[in-house]
Amino acid sequence: MDSTLDHFPNSKYYVNVSFKGSLFPISCDSILSLPHSDQSLKVLSMKFDTSGLESHVLHSGVSDDLLSGFPTAPSFEIPSATDFDGFQKEAIQMVKPAKGTTTLAFIFKEGVMVAADSRASMGGYISSQSVKKIIEINPYMLGTMAGGAADCQFWHRNLGIKCRLHELANKRRISVTGASKLLANILYSYRGMGLSVGTMIAGWDETGPGLYYVDSEGGRLKGMRFSVGSGSPYAYGVLDSGYRYDMSVEEAAELARRSIYHATFRDGASGGVASVYHVGPNGWKKLSGDDVAELHYNYYPVEATVVEHEMAETSAA
Amino acid sequence: MANWSPYDNNGGTCVAIAGANYCVIAADTRMSTGYSILTRDYSKICKLADKSVMASSGFQADVRALQKVLAARHSIYQHQHNKQMSCPAMAQLLSNTLYYKRFFPYYAFNVLGGLDNEGKGCVFTYDAVGSYERVGYSAQGSGSTLIMPFLDNQLKSPSPLLLPAKDAVTPLSEPEAIDLVKTCFASATERDIYTGDKLEIMVLNVDGIRCEYMELRKD
Repeated sequence: MDSTLDHFPNSKYYVNVSFKGSLFPISCDSILSLPHSDQSLKVLSMKFDTSGLESHVLHSGVSDDLLSGFPTAPSFEIPSATDFDGFQKEAIQMVKPAKGTTTLAFIFKEGVMVAADSRASMGGYISSQSVKKIIEINPYMLGTMAGGAADCQFWHRNLGIKCRLHELANKRRISVTGASKLLANILYSYRGMGLSVGTMIAGWDETGPGLYYVDSEGGRLKGMRFSVGSGSPYAYGVLDSGYRYDMSVEEAAELARRSIYHATFRDGASGGVASVYHVGPNGWKKLSGDDVAELHYNYYPVEATVVEHEMAETSAA
Repeated sequence: MANWSPYDNNGGTCVAIAGANYCVIAADTRMSTGYSILTRDYSKICKLADKSVMASSGFQADVRALQKVLAARHSIYQHQHNKQMSCPAMAQLLSNTLYYKRFFPYYAFNVLGGLDNEGKGCVFTYDAVGSYERVGYSAQGSGSTLIMPFLDNQLKSPSPLLLPAKDAVTPLSEPEAIDLVKTCFASATERDIYTGDKLEIMVLNVDGIRCEYMELRKD
């Protein structure tokens, strides 16, 4: 274990500088300090100690005169490609399903109502009509899925595990605030890396009903009404115009169902089965799952029309 | 050195159908690159456990690496639990294995088939980064867009999300399902250049696993 001071025995100053989240020891001969509100030093002339980044490349056996003069650049193993960032972005785009979906949730007098469609699309191809977009994190908390299916599935399952660990460590259930914060912090740490998650965490804890919107940009919002996905503008239209705080559970369920139906009607990327869940003081309960094609005929039944006189076939004889 | 890609698509199609007490997993045996055929006799199906069989199309090098990882994890599970992994457990393991490489994915489109703990057929379908769903039937690979609409027409069962729930079992018998799979591939071979040569069918039921082959068009 060699200390940095050994590398630069002639320097006068040895400072630890925080750079991109890691501490780098910097040794330098002069420090210009500028007055800073937090009293930190601004180091202006310095030599970076990058010994931590060096990889120990062993030249195979033969000591070549040509090579011995080359300084080994700090490096670590990455797949060889001319444009690694571009390649990584392409790889992500290749596997990322589109954010085609409609999910919504709102708080009302009797708790939280959560609803979603069930279509998964990959570009223009419908990869599934029966995706579970309302994820049961634990018996009193639900999460909705929008964006990358794998991202939402994996991180919601991870959140469920963390919530259970919290229960075991603290002998009480985690709050909706806490659970949404756990998820938001994880997503924030992966910010910019291509995760696509637009989720709502809905639950009932000691403070009553709770609803948070969390996304992969790192955003986390508390609110009373949310809708996420490509069909959300249509769902908002129906939801906002029909919403009242003091609705009964049946009225709220019907509002949620109708909002999802209208979104699937107009948005090509939404469809399948409209599921509606209710979160009450005793946990969540699935209220209904209706095929939206059938819902269409519930809302717009086929009218009996006057049939024009048909030409009847005359028999040959 | 312009536009080098670590991935390649070796083509091929995989199908799986779940029945009341059996599961059929099938894949063609053509391996291609670009417009060339590398071999006409490459198996895309891998037996992961007594009751779990996986078929994968896509980039076969990644598929092979994935199969090795799963086989190793299954071996560890057997040492620790003194029993084979069930199909639903293997399904979750595959999902997590795929997601761990979320930022440099396995270019593999998988379909996992087997028998669940009650002996009923189960099929799990995946995307390249691990999102998965239990379904009654599925197709993945270059011919999937040709085969899926046909299977929807023949087998479409009520969605498991419906409430009140409607029973969702493929009403076909085992010989009927095998015949359906052969029909699917015969049609897909006509219209997909990457599908053909030979069809490998694996059938899982209470008596074990058996393998069947059928010749397909080689052009």
